[in-house]
Amino acid sequence: MSTLTYAVHDSMTMLRRNLKHAIRYPAVGFGSAMMPILMLLLFVYAFGDSIGAGIGGGRDAYLEYLTPGVIIMGVASGSMSTSVAICADMTEGVINRFRTMDITRSSFMTGHVLGSVLQTMGCMVLVVGVALGVGFRPAASPLEWLAAAGLLAAIAFAVTWLSVALGLISKTVESASNKPLLIQFLPFLGSAFVPADSMSPGLRWFAEHQPFTPMTETLRGLLSGSEIGNDGWISLAWCALIALVGFLWSRSVFQRTTER
Amino acid sequence: MPSSVMPTSRQGDRPAPTAVSAVGLRKAYGDKTVLNGIDLRIPAGTVFALLGPNGAGKTTTVKILSTLIPADGGRAQVAGHDLATSPARVRAAIGVTGQFAALDDLLTAEENLLLMADLLRLPAREGRARARELLQRFALADLAHKRAATFSGGMRRRLDLAMTLVGDPRVIFLDEPTTGLDPRSRRTVWDMVRSLVAGGTTVFLTTQYLEEADQLADRIAVLDGGRIVAEGTAEELKARIPGSHVRLVFPDSAEYARAAAAFPGAAREEEELALRVAGDGSLDALRALLDRLDAAGVRAAGLSVHTPDLDDVFLALTGEGTALATPTGTPLPAEENLR
Repeated sequence: MSTLTYAVHDSMTMLRRNLKHAIRYPAVGFGSAMMPILMLLLFVYAFGDSIGAGIGGGRDAYLEYLTPGVIIMGVASGSMSTSVAICADMTEGVINRFRTMDITRSSFMTGHVLGSVLQTMGCMVLVVGVALGVGFRPAASPLEWLAAAGLLAAIAFAVTWLSVALGLISKTVESASNKPLLIQFLPFLGSAFVPADSMSPGLRWFAEHQPFTPMTETLRGLLSGSEIGNDGWISLAWCALIALVGFLWSRSVFQRTTER
Repeated sequence: MPSSVMPTSRQGDRPAPTAVSAVGLRKAYGDKTVLNGIDLRIPAGTVFALLGPNGAGKTTTVKILSTLIPADGGRAQVAGHDLATSPARVRAAIGVTGQFAALDDLLTAEENLLLMADLLRLPAREGRARARELLQRFALADLAHKRAATFSGGMRRRLDLAMTLVGDPRVIFLDEPTTGLDPRSRRTVWDMVRSLVAGGTTVFLTTQYLEEADQLADRIAVLDGGRIVAEGTAEELKARIPGSHVRLVFPDSAEYARAAAAFPGAAREEEELALRVAGDGSLDALRALLDRLDAAGVRAAGLSVHTPDLDDVFLALTGEGTALATPTGTPLPAEENLR
């Protein structure tokens, strides 16, 4: 077998391990689905009428506006939960066993990333299901659904790599679970819940330039048929950048922790 | 505790190949030197014990030899491969059980073993057979489908060892393998080490328990303050400490006086009516001693054999740098400890 086949084989082994964890402890995965679902229900039923009126419609219009935002938020927060899993592995000794074995070093991280992406995608199916259940009626064609899934996978992949790095630099599981909060919070400061142009000028500038806004707008365009424009490419560029930074950062921290 | 010699050594006509060798290993964290030039040579198929107090550098040595951390200086080879230039080959040849159980708490015992089999890229059927066999061997068969998180300390250690053995490694590092275990689990680990060595595996273990080194190891190195202060078999190490003797106690002063005359070289304890006769306490030496007593017509009330054990060696060699300058002939306290 070549080095690449080894790398794939080892990553798949690690992926199976992480999926087993996820299946055995569905609470974690379920938690990442519950948050966006509760947000969706809260915003639609509690604030839907007033916010809907604000964007020139009613509760139904707001549901259509909100759902893509909630999905993006769900992907961001679901992906960030990897930090905790990574940190737990790093502090519980099992990592030293992996390190004294002749396996592809990066497979530990790759397995976590792939597992997290699959889990996040599963959660998003649940979120979309609930949204459809409460009356979300997207106009997307099958091709647009496919593109939407691809976009979400790309976002999940990118944010998860960042999450891996944050998990690696955390000394305790507690701090690993705190670090991602900022990123989980970011979609709120974008166009996920209300249009950016309804915000105060400083915040609006931030909202228009942060990565989750073009992502939200792209998903909104794919599902509801609004204008996407350049947001699609901007989103993919952001994903590539975040993934690259996350990967390089993770790799360097992972190698450095060996020296301890 | 007195030593009982276990027949673990491989007797061979030609010298065994070297499983682990190191020259001048050094490691420092900041300005704290942890290893200050370690030399090792461990023949294949033997048990080597690195004995030392806490903080002596035992774990650091294991971490370096098992490729977890790089050395700052020196060279080492494990299973014929250089640590610095081909760490992957070293990893393929070794198994490591660290001080803290390195298992996946969320998986069952069997899944932990299968994870190892997968990472070792064993074919699925072979991996399952290996897992089954190890579960049996480590008395974990009943726990095969229980999660590791629910295990007691002894069970965790057994599973940890079983995981280390999935790949049938040629060299095994055991870092304090019985620390925190109850006596029964400790025996299980010892038996396991013996059966591994009988199968040709080389075992490198660290311990703070002198008895453990005495029981298991073919050779022992005493590590203190980042240096090896003594190395040899348990017997050789004990021989460096004077004081092996037989203590004879007599019923009255008349018997004592006659005995003292028969053993002019013996140390006297007048008030106790006791004599300390130098000797190693072997059966032959004892028989000769008793014959001499008979010949002199002396009746002894009691006899006890005092052998310096590794505790004495350990204390003499590792105490605050004392004995280091005079590795031989370190005087022991006159009062022998009774154990």
